[in-house]
This record gives sequence, C-alpha cells and structure tokens, in this order.
Amino acid sequence: MTNMKTCLGGAALLAGAAMFAGTATAAETIKIGASLAVTGPASFLGDPEAKTLELYVDQINKDGGVNGKELELIVYDDGGNANKARTFATRLVEDDGIVAMVGGSTTGATMAMVPVFEDAGIPFISLAGAVVIIDPVKEFIFKTPHTDRMACEKIFTDMKARGIARIGMISGTGGFGKSMRSQCLDVVGNYGIEIVADETYGPKDSDMTPQLTNIKSADGLQAVINPGFGQGPAIVTRNYSQLGFDVPLYQSHGVASKSFIDLAGDSAEGVRLPASALLVAEKLPDSDPQKAVVTGYKSTYEDATGQPVSTFGGHAYDGLMILVEAMKRAGSEDPAAIRDEIEKTSDFMGTAGVVNMSADDHLGLDLSAFRMLEIRDGDWSLVE
Amino acid sequence: MPEFLQFSVSGLTVGAVYALVALGFTIIYNASDVVNFAQGEFVMIGGMATVFLTAAGIPLPVAALMAIAAAMAVGLALHRLAIEPARGASPVTLIIITIGASIFLRGLGQVVFDKQFHSLPSFSGDTPIRFGGAAILPQSFWVLAGAGIIVLALWAFFNRTLLGKAVLATAANRLAARLVGINTSFVVGFSFVVSAAIGAIAGILVTPITLTSYDIGTLLALKGFAAAMLGGMGNPLGAIVGGLAVGLLEAFGAGYLSSTYKDAIAFIVILGVLFVMPGGLFGRASVERV
Repeated sequence: MTNMKTCLGGAALLAGAAMFAGTATAAETIKIGASLAVTGPASFLGDPEAKTLELYVDQINKDGGVNGKELELIVYDDGGNANKARTFATRLVEDDGIVAMVGGSTTGATMAMVPVFEDAGIPFISLAGAVVIIDPVKEFIFKTPHTDRMACEKIFTDMKARGIARIGMISGTGGFGKSMRSQCLDVVGNYGIEIVADETYGPKDSDMTPQLTNIKSADGLQAVINPGFGQGPAIVTRNYSQLGFDVPLYQSHGVASKSFIDLAGDSAEGVRLPASALLVAEKLPDSDPQKAVVTGYKSTYEDATGQPVSTFGGHAYDGLMILVEAMKRAGSEDPAAIRDEIEKTSDFMGTAGVVNMSADDHLGLDLSAFRMLEIRDGDWSLVE
Repeated sequence: MPEFLQFSVSGLTVGAVYALVALGFTIIYNASDVVNFAQGEFVMIGGMATVFLTAAGIPLPVAALMAIAAAMAVGLALHRLAIEPARGASPVTLIIITIGASIFLRGLGQVVFDKQFHSLPSFSGDTPIRFGGAAILPQSFWVLAGAGIIVLALWAFFNRTLLGKAVLATAANRLAARLVGINTSFVVGFSFVVSAAIGAIAGILVTPITLTSYDIGTLLALKGFAAAMLGGMGNPLGAIVGGLAVGLLEAFGAGYLSSTYKDAIAFIVILGVLFVMPGGLFGRASVERV
C-alpha cells in the first residue's frame, strides 16, 4: 500500500514537473493566432495562406526568432464559416493567449471575429478583401489585400486613358461580385464614365449569354467590366467571345490566377485586369522596387510547396512580415504596443505593394499597388 | 428577334441538361418510388472523370466511355450498398439515404479529383455558328443532339426490349411484376445504372460549355428535381418538357425581365403551374402516393 502511495505521489510530482516545464517553454514563445479557410469552398484562399504562415514562421524561428524569442503559430481551420471563425477567435484569445492575429481568409469570417479582437485589445491583421473591414477604421483591425474599391478605380483609370466613356457591367451576385459592383457604382462618376447596362448572374450559373446579349445591344457600348470571382468570370469570358463582342473586356483581381486563363482558353485573349505584381514577378523590370520581394516570396513558396504561387498566400506573407517588424520595433509582446507599431508601418515593401499605414488608414496601399495586366498568348503581360 | 433566338438557344442548351437530370430522377422514381438526390453527382462524376482521364493522356472518346462506366459502377454501388439493404424502409427514408449518398459522393469527389473548376475542349471547335443574328456554340448542338438520342434510345428500350418492359411493369405495379417472375430488385438496380449513365453523359456533353467541379451536382439536382416536378414526377415526357421549360424560363427571365431574379422567375412559374396542376404538366390525375 505504501509503495503504491509513493508511486502515485511520484507520478503526481512528475506530472506537476511536466506541467511546469510546459508553461515555462510557453512563456518563452510569442503566440500568433490564425483562423483560415484551409478547407471548404474558400480553400483556394486559406490553403496557400496557411502554408505561407507556417513556412515563414519556421524560417523566422531558424533565424533566431523575434526579440530573442521563438514564434509559435496556432492555426485553426474555419472552412470559411463565420460561426466557426468566431468560436476559434474566442479560443485563440481566451485559451491560447495569443498576442496578435493574422488572418481571416474571407470577409464574412473576418467581420465575425472583429468584435472579439476589439474587445480583447489584440491586433488583428485580416487577409480578406472587402473595404468594410477597415472602413470605418477600427482600433485593432488591419488588413493587407487591396480592396475592391481600388480595383474599380484602377480599371476606370485605365478606361479613361483609352477614351472609354460608356460601359456595360455584368456582376456575380456572390459576396465578392456584389461588393465590388456597389464600390464600382460608387466611384464610376469620378471618372466621367457612364454605366449603360447593369446585369448580374448567380454564383453557380453556367450560362450568361442572355445577360451579355442585353449588354451588347446597349447604345454606344465601349467596354464591359465583370466584377466576379470563381468560375463565373471564366464563363462570362467564353460567352463574351461566343457572342462576338468587339469592345474590350475587363475582369477583376478576383480572377488573377492561372486557372482563369486555363478555363477561359482562347477567349481570354485581350482581357485586362488589375492584379498584384506577384503574378508577373519575373516580368517586372529589374529597376522595379517590388521585384526583389515578389520574386523572393515566389521562389520560397514554390520551392517549399511545389505549387504555383497565388496572390492570397502573398497577403499572408505581407501580414506576417508587417506584424514581425512591428514586434521588433515595439521590442515587446504587449498587444497594445504591437498595435501602435503596426499603425506606424511605413515604406514596408510587401507582395501587394508599398504599405504606409496611419491612424486613419489601416490598409496603407495606394493605386500603384495594382498593375494593369492584359492576357496575351495565354499568359499575363504588363500594360503599363 | 436575334435576342429571342439567342435566349432560346441558351435556354434549350441549359434546359437539355436539366431534362437529362430530370429523366434520371424519373427512371429511378418509377422503378422504386425513390427520388435519388445523388443524381447530380452522376453528372459531376461524368464530367470530372473525363477531365482527369484526358489529362492523363487518354483520348477523349475512350475517357468519356470510361467515365460513363465509372458512373455506372457508382450507381450500382449506391443501389447495392445503400438502397438495397434498406429495401423495407419507406420511400422517405430511402430519399434521405440518397441525400447522404450525394454528400458522400461530393466529399469523395473532392478527394479523388480536386476542388478546382475544370473544362474540356469543345468536341468540334469553339467557332460559334451565326444564325439569324444569334451566335450558337457547336457544343450546344452536341448537347441537344445527345439529349435527343438518349430520349429516343430510352423510348426504344422501354417499348422494344423485354428488359425495358420489365422495368415498365415494375413501375406500374411492383407486386404484380414480382408475381409474373420479374426480378424487381435487379430492375431497381438496373434503373440506378441507367440513370447514372444518363447523368454521366450529360456531364460530359455540357462540361465544355459550363465547366465542372466537385460541387456542381447540388444545383443540377435541384433544377432537375424542379423540372421533374413541373413535368409530372414519373413521366419521362414530362421530364423532358419540364427540363427544357425550366431552362427557357431562366434564359427568358434573365434576358427580358431581370437577371437578378432569374431563378426566382423560374421557380415562381413552376409554383404557379403546380398550384393549378398539382400533378405537374403530364402528371397522373390521381394522388395515390402520399
């Protein structure tokens, strides 16, 4: 009996020691959280984002960590589901004790998590697109990707330069297309451009010829813009060439991936779209200040994963690097101090462009971050 | 007028696919009273398997045949492993089983294939044919002709062959069919295989136009089901007419009224028809099955 008790006591001691050791190591790492859509319909966003974060956190730790401490990345897979994201956000804040957060892949998941981080006073750098995340400015919320409003402005600037004044618009009714459509309607007046036909299609529609037929018959049509995402724009592009339009077609940054060219095939020739420099990394002139960053990220990602680089993974790279630099400048892991330093980010060269944040701009990108691309011979080429 | 023609062609092409899905519903429903909600997944398997087989270097016609065979095997497995073991259960239970099978097949599609959208090259080029001001893709003719041939072949099968008549007999009265020596379990299994083949053919024909991915089946099953209800559940002619009608309603709704509400327009018309004719356009007058 006594032996038994000793054994038990020993076991308890051991367990206690192990627990103590556990907390000791935990205190020496800096915990960063992420809730991403690694699986599910938005996995093309979350998958490269998660891989990028893991890849670069490992690399940073190998190079000695941040402020002499290792980073510890905690990633949850919310599948793009806002409810799950909210639960994970609470878990990251209350149980895991993170000091900062990178990511929310989708706007829906991000907006569900925003109140958690605002209440806890922990900085949150979102990887989602819509402008509502940072407009109005929220104290602890930042984001790295371009907004749809900027895409509209970039496209309209290009149209104006080509002397286009009357355009048709065909938008997807999914979250992305809907948001971009309203942003475009909002800014189009500033460019002296008139929308003469405004049509929509459902996110799963497989034929857009009726809508395009209506646009084609609009008076004095000079170009068509298609805010949308996923397979819809590929079908629009195919239908567009089927109907024999003789005016240029503009797509959004939502289709800026190689698979769009594959799906749209020959119909994609001559299509223009605004996109991040990452897509044309090798084609940038050597004098371009962004070239080193984008080629560096591209080769690191492609070597490690064997998959082609996407702009979405690039957003995660930007978010992590902005956070790490802010932590270095703050010299501490105090969330409030990190937040203040993130807001002071200036001249940061990321994959999306130059970031200059301020108290009333938690994105910090300007229009120069977008490049206008045209699809020629089944590949991207720079217009400017 | 050119618009009208363009909308019609667009509606008929999409409608032909709905019609084939509705036909798949009808065949299984007749043989077993089950509405097979995994019908859309057969379309997905047809398209996706062809895409991946051609990507592996197999010529398109061979790949298409292999994809149809794969879908038929899945259809048989669905019957043998999920429907047959539960044969004593009520149709509602069996329908729920098919919904489960549909979710399972979609998940399997994600793992076996991938989560991206894919396309196939058009069978006879991408140069649209100009006709009366409308631009028609050659592939649209493939879809329409394919649907027409399937309908004719089914008609001949049901009216000219012993097996076809056995299926019809099972549909008319299962107990009586069993009493005259028809193996009704075989007939039901056979109807799953035929439906799977029809779905797969539809998937292959339409992929060059509409693209395909692991999750296209859900929407097609919904639209096909609506088409089958509109035409009258259990009536093959109704399935065809219903499918084409839903396709045309969508195209005209998007073209003439509002593209935002095109699905709503189609479904409002369907509800209106069902309100006046609860059995559907070609449905049986009596309401025997509740």
